[in-house]
Amino acid sequence: MTKITYIEHNGKPHTIDVENGLSVMEGAVQNNIPGIDADCGGSMACATCHVYIDEKWYEKVKKKEDGEEDMIDMAFEPNRFSRLSCQIMVSEELDGLIVNLPSQQT
Amino acid sequence: MIKTDVLVIGAGPTGLFAVHQLGIIGLKAEIVDNLDKIGGQCIELYPDKPIYDIPAIPECTGEELTNNLIEQLKPFKPNIHLNERVEEVKKDKNFWIIKTNKGKEFQAYNIIIAGGVGSFEPRKFSAKGSEKFEGKELFYSVKNKVIFKNKTVCIFGGGDSALDWAIELSNTSKVILVHRRDDFRGAQVSIDKVKQLEKEGKIQLFTKYQLNSVDGENKLEKISIKHDDGNLKDIKTDYVLGFFGLIMQLGPIANWGLNIDKKTIPVNTENFETNEKGIFAIGDLCSYPGKLKLILSGFHEGALAARGCFKLARPDETLRFEFTTTSKNVLNRLGKK
Ligand SMILES: Cc1cc2nc3c(=O)[nH]c(=O)nc-3n(C[C@H](O)[C@H](O)[C@H](O)COP(=O)(O)OP(=O)(O)OC[C@H]3O[C@@H](n4cnc5c(N)ncnc54)[C@H](O)[C@@H]3O)c2cc1C
Ligand code: FES
Repeated sequence: MTKITYIEHNGKPHTIDVENGLSVMEGAVQNNIPGIDADCGGSMACATCHVYIDEKWYEKVKKKEDGEEDMIDMAFEPNRFSRLSCQIMVSEELDGLIVNLPSQQT
Repeated sequence: MIKTDVLVIGAGPTGLFAVHQLGIIGLKAEIVDNLDKIGGQCIELYPDKPIYDIPAIPECTGEELTNNLIEQLKPFKPNIHLNERVEEVKKDKNFWIIKTNKGKEFQAYNIIIAGGVGSFEPRKFSAKGSEKFEGKELFYSVKNKVIFKNKTVCIFGGGDSALDWAIELSNTSKVILVHRRDDFRGAQVSIDKVKQLEKEGKIQLFTKYQLNSVDGENKLEKISIKHDDGNLKDIKTDYVLGFFGLIMQLGPIANWGLNIDKKTIPVNTENFETNEKGIFAIGDLCSYPGKLKLILSGFHEGALAARGCFKLARPDETLRFEFTTTSKNVLNRLGKK
């Protein structure tokens, strides 16, 4: 289990234990965290699992693979800390990860 | 008013196969889909990607799967109404009356909703003021390019649609292309062409910028764009075009009195009926314990929903269980001797 904090756009934090091997998106969806839609079920085709990684964590999260940046073009108000949470796999190294949720996904 | 046994909403893989199953048991269907083409997610999101888990088809692309489903449907000649979104569903005695956004009306005994994650709609700008000008000076697709002649057009996006329109319109309009990063994701030839047109002064390029606001009293006067570093820049323009691809939106489905849970419709797994008698939901849109959002599950759901439709459409007949290989009735319906 790895602790991840999802901070809603209004500032409300949710810290939960996510099973290693799931994605940061699945961690949110399975725990009913509001603010992540994940319409395409994690196939990198919708950009509705968009999050802003906390500045201190951004470099520590495994780099983007091909195609993710293209999809982030479609996300709602992306910035330089934007990632698709379905592409980030949860493991021990991410213990304490903080992600900020956008005001909306579409 | 078009009369049919079953109206199927959504021409994705699930809706298509449901129509086949309806045909097998002798029911007529009409299909409506908001997209301009048949195939749902398979055709819109991954036409060229291979799928490996369709039973008995070791490998096929989204497009091949769609074409095969269309081929399989041919004996039943269903009408497929594209570019139309179902807006309204109402009960009228024994029937459902269904209306589309283009004003078409259907009367059906049953409705099968195979709407996936919702209908595909263009992704919109979030900037202040953008709604106010939508459809007047701000568009998400080009219907009539003549209006842009000799005008300034500011195009947003980094994919093929944005690049292609920038190139095309640069012949007769002043074109400004804005994208949120330096890399474009369109075809290399288009990217090269845009860079060349920029050198020739025919396209003005702003990268690492996003739309910040759209301003004007009655008419669009100017927009402001915001750089990654926070700096704002004003641009005078007559038109704004945004190309950010499509997004799936549940949209009108939410207004038909159906139970909805996390953007899906709970159904019973006996016949995939919703809380409304005669309305069934299958595919990605339905939920029940153990639901898998897979195409193969959608096929199974469609087969059972089709049988569920029979009772209301043919109250005086008995539905028999028959195989396609051996039933004379079914072979007739398939046009085989
Ligand atoms: C990149 C990617 C890869 C995938 N890979 C696989 C895979 O390998 N194997 C697998 O089994 N599945 C895969 N899937 C999932 C699969 O594509 C879906 O499960 C499947 O498309 C669901 O089919 P559907 O017919 O239920 O809905 P969809 O395919 O979503 O079609 C629904 C249609 O309904 C229309 N619609 C919705 N509301 C309305 C309305 N009100 N009026 C008119 N039309 C409406 C929409 O426009 C859409 O065309 C993948 C998905 C993606 C995105
Ligand atoms: S869930 Fe669709 S891109 Fe991540």
